[in-house]
Amino acid sequence: MNNVFDFFRNLELLDWLTYIVGGLLIIFSLFAVEAKKLFDAILALSAVSLLSVLFFIVLKAPDVAITEAAVGSGLASAVMIFALFRIKAGEKK
Amino acid sequence: MRRIWAILVSAVFLYFLIGTYYPTLPEFGNIDMFRRVSFNYISKSTTKEYQPVEFKKSNGLEEGSANVVTSIVVNYRSFDTLGEVTVLFTAALGVGILAGFRKRRIEFEEHRVLSIAIGIVFPIVLLFGAYVFIHGHLTPGGGFPGGTVISLGVLLLMLAKNEFGVTDVAKHTEQVAGSGYVLVGLIGMAMAGTFLTNILPTGTVGELFSAGVVPIVYTLIAFKVGAELSNLISEMREGDKA
Repeated sequence: MNNVFDFFRNLELLDWLTYIVGGLLIIFSLFAVEAKKLFDAILALSAVSLLSVLFFIVLKAPDVAITEAAVGSGLASAVMIFALFRIKAGEKK
Repeated sequence: MRRIWAILVSAVFLYFLIGTYYPTLPEFGNIDMFRRVSFNYISKSTTKEYQPVEFKKSNGLEEGSANVVTSIVVNYRSFDTLGEVTVLFTAALGVGILAGFRKRRIEFEEHRVLSIAIGIVFPIVLLFGAYVFIHGHLTPGGGFPGGTVISLGVLLLMLAKNEFGVTDVAKHTEQVAGSGYVLVGLIGMAMAGTFLTNILPTGTVGELFSAGVVPIVYTLIAFKVGAELSNLISEMREGDKA
C-alpha cells in the first residue's frame, strides 16, 4: 500500500497528463467498439484521435500531431458522419 | 463468449508486452529520437562529414529547410510524396464513384450564430491553413495538413450555409496543381538529370525564401489536397434536391 502512495506522490505534471490521457484513450476506444449507436462510436473515435494528438506532442512529433488533429479528428469523422447519414437515408426507403 | 475471448487475447498480449518488450524501452518522453535517427539529415548533408548548422546563418547547404521532416519528405523522398498524392487521388476517386449513386442531398438547418460567425472564422481558418503550408519548410506542418485545414474551412462553410456547394473550380485546381507537381519534377529532370531534383538555390536556413523547390512543391500539394478533400466532402453530401 505504501508503494502506491509513493507512486502517486512522485508523479510530475507530465506524468499525470500522460496517465490521465492514456486512461481516457483506452476508455474511449473501448466505448467506440462497444457502443450501441454507430454515431456514438464515430464521436468516440474522433475523441481518440484528439487525445492522441497530445501524446504526439509529448513524444516530440509536432508534424504528425498537426496532421492527426486536422485529418483524424476533423475530416475523417465528418466524412464518416456523412456516410452514416447516407446509410440511414437508404434504409428508410 | 466473444467478449471473454477478446479479454483473454488482450490480456495475453498485454502480459508479453509489459513483461518482455517494456523493460527494453527507454523512459517515456525523455528520449531525443532525432539525435539517433537523423543526425546527418539535420546537418543538411548526406554525402559530406557532419558539420553543425546555425539558424539564420548557414547557407549553401545540401538543402535549406529548417524543418527536418520536410527536408526528408519533399527533398530526399519526394517520389514517395508523389505516390502519396496519387493514393489520395485514388481514394477520392473511389468516394466519387461510390457516392455517385445519387440519393437525397444531406440538408442542414441553418443556425443563426454559426452563419454569422462564419464570416469571421472562415478567413482565419484559410489564413491558418495558408500559414501552415507556406511555412512548411520552417515550422511543423506542410502541404498535407495545410490543405486539410483549408478543406475543413470549406466544411464549416458547408455546415453554416445550406445552399453552399463546391463548384467545378475545385476539380480544375486539383488538376492544375497535381500536374504542376509532376511538371516541377520534369523540370528537375531536364536541368539536373534526376526526377524531382532540387534545382533552385537553397538559401539561408530559416528564411522564408529558402530550401529551393520545397515551398513551391508544398504550395502545389496544399492546393491539390485542399481542393481534393473539399471535393470529397462535397461528393459525400450532394445529391438530388429533396
